[in-house]
Amino acid sequence: MHAIAFLVLLGSGLALYLPSLAQLIGRRPLLKDIHVYTAVAWAAALVLVVLAGDRRSLRRTARELDVFDRDDRDWLRGRKAPQGRFNAGQKLNAAITAAFAILFAVTGTLLWLGERDTRFRFAQTILIHDWLTQISLVLFVGHLYLAVIHPSTRHALNGMTRGWVDADWAERHHKKWTRDAPQ
Amino acid sequence: MATVEPRRYGRRVFLGVLAGGLTSFAWAPAASRILSPLTSAGSQLLGNVFPVGGWRIYTISGSMPVFDPHTWSLSVDGLVEHELKLSYDDLRRLPVAEQVSTFHCVTGWTVHNVRSRGVRLKHVLDLAAPRSSARALRFVSSEHPYDDSLTIDQALLPDVMLALDLDGSPLSRPHGAPLRLVIPEMYGYKGVKWLERIEVVADQPTGYWENLGYDQDAWVGRSNGYG
Repeated sequence: MHAIAFLVLLGSGLALYLPSLAQLIGRRPLLKDIHVYTAVAWAAALVLVVLAGDRRSLRRTARELDVFDRDDRDWLRGRKAPQGRFNAGQKLNAAITAAFAILFAVTGTLLWLGERDTRFRFAQTILIHDWLTQISLVLFVGHLYLAVIHPSTRHALNGMTRGWVDADWAERHHKKWTRDAPQ
Repeated sequence: MATVEPRRYGRRVFLGVLAGGLTSFAWAPAASRILSPLTSAGSQLLGNVFPVGGWRIYTISGSMPVFDPHTWSLSVDGLVEHELKLSYDDLRRLPVAEQVSTFHCVTGWTVHNVRSRGVRLKHVLDLAAPRSSARALRFVSSEHPYDDSLTIDQALLPDVMLALDLDGSPLSRPHGAPLRLVIPEMYGYKGVKWLERIEVVADQPTGYWENLGYDQDAWVGRSNGYG
């Protein structure tokens, strides 16, 4: 869900932003609609997941992402240290991405409203939306590399798409997760 | 092995980034001013691939017009003594004007040090000889149905021109080849690209963006909710 929504937003966004793509693809009104409706659908889907999903499990995940211990600090400094279900890098990515999602929504909404109503028109809105895009692109490329190419991490994708991971891999890379998991 | 008490840094990172992002509404313009010389430097190298140097290209229709030098002409009609059909070469033969100005888009982005080269409207109007009832000019784009207008006084301001060149080269397709209206004191939507016709009229009409709620007199910093 996240991947598809992000990619559609990125694709339509780039076609709106890059002169070369704007020249090639054109269709600005259509792309704007795709961009805005995809964002709204994604937000609605997130609300749905919280309302209809296993909130206990979601809260547990949120807590796991929130807590950083000394092992996380060591890991971020490049030393080998046992990690839980999420390593420190994944935790940071989650926190930054969550904040970015809100910032994108705020600036995106202001851009959309500002087109129609001068009360919402600020010169810096588009600047900020731009910078968020540029930073997200960097994060995304790194994320993609680790998820699809990098040998020691790409197995995690299996966990997200099929719901299970290799026990040996988990033991090696997320030792505290296997240690604390029910046997 | 004893571990240091774990801390809830995740939410601090989240809140910190959120705060930084929201406060950026205050510091973004200053930061952008400081950074812009760095990003403009690469603009000639990367051209139209990335929006370096600040340009974004907006369109309103399916695709951008294509300039055919064999068939293109600028029509000047309406309340004039002489209706004109000026070819690209005709325009090149008129007295040349050059200027450096800043481009402001109403959505909030700006491009500095824009070099334009072209023709002052005075020379085109001299050829057409507007009638005494003429008050305004309607600029029609090949990108239908885009149009906009200026009063004749506004069109004769010292930094208004019909541009053929941008930054030393003939206008590229995304920038409105072969001809675009340049009026630096107003927001960019007044500067019609892919210009194909100037209609001389008695009453200033509302154009594409005016019909969508944007100001007719689009003075930078003094219209459209700014200033």
